[in-house]
Amino acid sequence: MNHSSIFVTTFLAAAVEVIEMVIIVVGVGTVRGWRSTWFGAAAGLAVLGVLVLAFGTALTLVPIHALRLAIGGLLLVFGLQWLRKGIRRVSANGFRGMGARTASADDIPVDGMDWTAFVLSFKGVVLEGLEIALIVISFGATAQAIPAATLGAAAAFVVVAGAGLLARGLVERVPRSALQLLVGTLLSSFGTFWAVEGLGVAWPGGDAAIVALVAWYGLGAAGYIRLLRQQSAGLVLQNAR
Amino acid sequence: MTLATPQRLGTVGLGWVRAFGRFWYRFIIGDDWTVAATVVIALVVTWLLHIAGVVSWWLPPLAAATAVGESLRRVSR
Repeated sequence: MNHSSIFVTTFLAAAVEVIEMVIIVVGVGTVRGWRSTWFGAAAGLAVLGVLVLAFGTALTLVPIHALRLAIGGLLLVFGLQWLRKGIRRVSANGFRGMGARTASADDIPVDGMDWTAFVLSFKGVVLEGLEIALIVISFGATAQAIPAATLGAAAAFVVVAGAGLLARGLVERVPRSALQLLVGTLLSSFGTFWAVEGLGVAWPGGDAAIVALVAWYGLGAAGYIRLLRQQSAGLVLQNAR
Repeated sequence: MTLATPQRLGTVGLGWVRAFGRFWYRFIIGDDWTVAATVVIALVVTWLLHIAGVVSWWLPPLAAATAVGESLRRVSR
């Protein structure tokens, strides 16, 4: 493999991981607020930088399966909580949104650090960042082209993170009830994917299984919203009689 | 200037541990422990099926969606 093909390969492989990282950071920031989310992402990048500097190519020894299982499991249980809240809110209020964030509605601290946003953002950045570092090391070391692999991954980070920042404005226009449902769906999907991978179980279709999981949780949520609406419409009719 | 006595440090430390525990409880358990419990059981069973050579990737998404549905059914009753 020559250096340009190493650059392209690591660019594409790293872009997939950066997309996952950006989805989590933008989703959490939009729902919970940006300050703590940025702190979490910055802390994640700092930890990652220290790990890369300290371990270098020995990073391949990091137990990535155990990390995927732990982080995936936590994201899954938290994502399901948001999915459940999102289903209840959308079934009750539709996609009208919920107005400004309130501490009572979302359990978001008015002052100080929102540790939920911090931890979610931190974990997404550390796990995805580690996967990117492993891609760079494995491709770069095998082809003896670590600089080209590093440049490919850095370019993917700049392009995808830049697109994510631009998309932030669009995402913020989505009604908050719908957004919580969407981010809950995404966190549950990524969480399920990583936790199962962490157990050493392979997904049919590899990374494409994430799309199927998003569809699964999205369709499930739509079904539950319909059921809850039918149930509340039935109750209204019963009370009217 | 207030000097940090061992007793005061102990109270601050205990408060911090409590807040830390509360944060993780809310993060993992939330307002319905059955969802988190179902996820943990599903992951354990998935792993057991995997080491027994049975295809098991389908179990966690199915268990998670069912747990959410069951939890919604309980709250909406």
